[in-house]
Amino acid sequence: MTATASAAVGRAAGAGAAKPRRRSAGLLGFAPFAAYTLVFMAVPTVLAVWSGLTTQSGAFTLENFHAFAQPGIQKAFVNSLVLSLAVAVAASVLGAILCVALLAARPDGFLRVVVDAASSVLAQFGGVMLAFAFIATIGSAGMFTLWMKDAFGFDINSLAPDKTAGPLLYQATGLFFPYLYFSIPLMVIVFMPAVEGLRAQWGEAVATLGGNRAQYWWHVGMPVLAPSFFGSLILIFAGAFSSFATAAALTNAGILVPVVMQQYLGSETDASVAHIPGVLAIGMLAVMAVVMALYSVLQRRAARWQR
Amino acid sequence: MSRASKAVRVGATPSKASSAVILVVAGLAFLYPLYALARFAFQPVGQHSGFTLDHLKALTDPIRAYQYDQLWTGIENSLVIAVITVALMLVFLLPAMILAELRFRSVRRVIEFVCLLPISIPTVVLAVGFVPVYQRVWDITGAVPWVLSFGIGIITLPYAFRPIAANIAGIDMVTLNEASRSLGAGWLQTVWHVILPNLRRGMLSAGLLTVSVVLGEFTIAQFLQQNTFQTGLALLEHADPYVASTFALAALLFVFLILVVFGALGAGRRSRKAS
Repeated sequence: MTATASAAVGRAAGAGAAKPRRRSAGLLGFAPFAAYTLVFMAVPTVLAVWSGLTTQSGAFTLENFHAFAQPGIQKAFVNSLVLSLAVAVAASVLGAILCVALLAARPDGFLRVVVDAASSVLAQFGGVMLAFAFIATIGSAGMFTLWMKDAFGFDINSLAPDKTAGPLLYQATGLFFPYLYFSIPLMVIVFMPAVEGLRAQWGEAVATLGGNRAQYWWHVGMPVLAPSFFGSLILIFAGAFSSFATAAALTNAGILVPVVMQQYLGSETDASVAHIPGVLAIGMLAVMAVVMALYSVLQRRAARWQR
Repeated sequence: MSRASKAVRVGATPSKASSAVILVVAGLAFLYPLYALARFAFQPVGQHSGFTLDHLKALTDPIRAYQYDQLWTGIENSLVIAVITVALMLVFLLPAMILAELRFRSVRRVIEFVCLLPISIPTVVLAVGFVPVYQRVWDITGAVPWVLSFGIGIITLPYAFRPIAANIAGIDMVTLNEASRSLGAGWLQTVWHVILPNLRRGMLSAGLLTVSVVLGEFTIAQFLQQNTFQTGLALLEHADPYVASTFALAALLFVFLILVVFGALGAGRRSRKAS
């Protein structure tokens, strides 16, 4: 069989030779996509990193990393990391509770449609507009701020850790609330599939064995969801860490890494700091690399239960 | 008897009552800032209560028109960028995904990896790299805002990829292709009359998400000092926070409603299929 087949191929040498050539010609179909992502994703990332590793004249150097010794930049990194971590923990817990509560709604019901749409809007579209909403809520003349003053005589701005830096909302601590506002919906988007993956049979099995709801969560629900939960937590962290719009719309002072980057980029006149955005980019990519490595490990564990 | 009915309730799904309480509390918490924004947008200047439509009159006041110029141009730019970005998705991403599905199945993983990569590259990092790239690009095209589509297209890749990939996974494209080819259709005919109509839902969903990401995009425009809807809003916030708030609210509502309508259509189709 194989002999005749290969003989047939041999006889039809023209067609046989054309096949592989046509196949490689087909690969050319990927050229536009490859070229596009190369020029607008790979090249900018490499250029950003490269600008952090070179001197003014273009020679390779590691001197630029001294930027991380600057107190302002250290403070920005600490602020960004602490804020993102706090937001990630709070948003993932609250978002997970919401996901479980949403199980009671019909999966194709109107409530789910509304929640899905609202989640997309708040998580992916908000940015600057959410900043406005929070100025109107907990800004110095915000609705909540004034209500707290009237009702309880309490000034929420007295909670601000740095009294000289103005209202709470314009400090890293205050950014916690708007960040939570777009991170919880993100948690709902990324964690909901895992919660929906919990099989009804597992509940029935626990019930057959005489278990109750608490035992179900402790022995079945939480262990099964744990990898997805921590994976989602990491995604929330990554989202908060790289978020720029909300912080930029609220603060002028560079209190978070992305905002500091933009400030240095804006000061083109000063050549001595031209490398700083690049150095900060390397710092951010390093954090993201660690975070994403963790994510892929957890994702592999989560996949076991999602077949 | 009562034991049995109780036992059925063990599982992840909470009771109707507790889930209703959680959802109502969450709903109110999420609506509160939007309500505050709406209240502020229609408040008389300098007051903390009351309702007025005077702020909107300023929009048509020729003396104050200059204040809003940037916002109108920004909206115009953003709409143009949105259309071009969707076109880029159809030209670059969609053919690559179809080709990978039909002929080079090992490439599918590569495309998925590339499309999801922008999640782990912070947009600000890309934006820092865009500055030198765009200096070159603008040498050719002039500093026109629509070119931003190429950069913004990259950050929309994950949003465009997922719905199309889900759609492709839901249909058996290889069989469709073979059936069409064995009936004598050429590859162009097959793609146009068989494959693309089956991908309509994924394409529409990808397009919608792409448009909403483009209209909400701020970072790249800000780093490249271009004027879009979001940068226009951020600027107007200083000159006229009331009108800026009105536009912000309107934009949030608009995108929300579009997603609800589309989601309801999708859910209706799903449940019809299921029944």
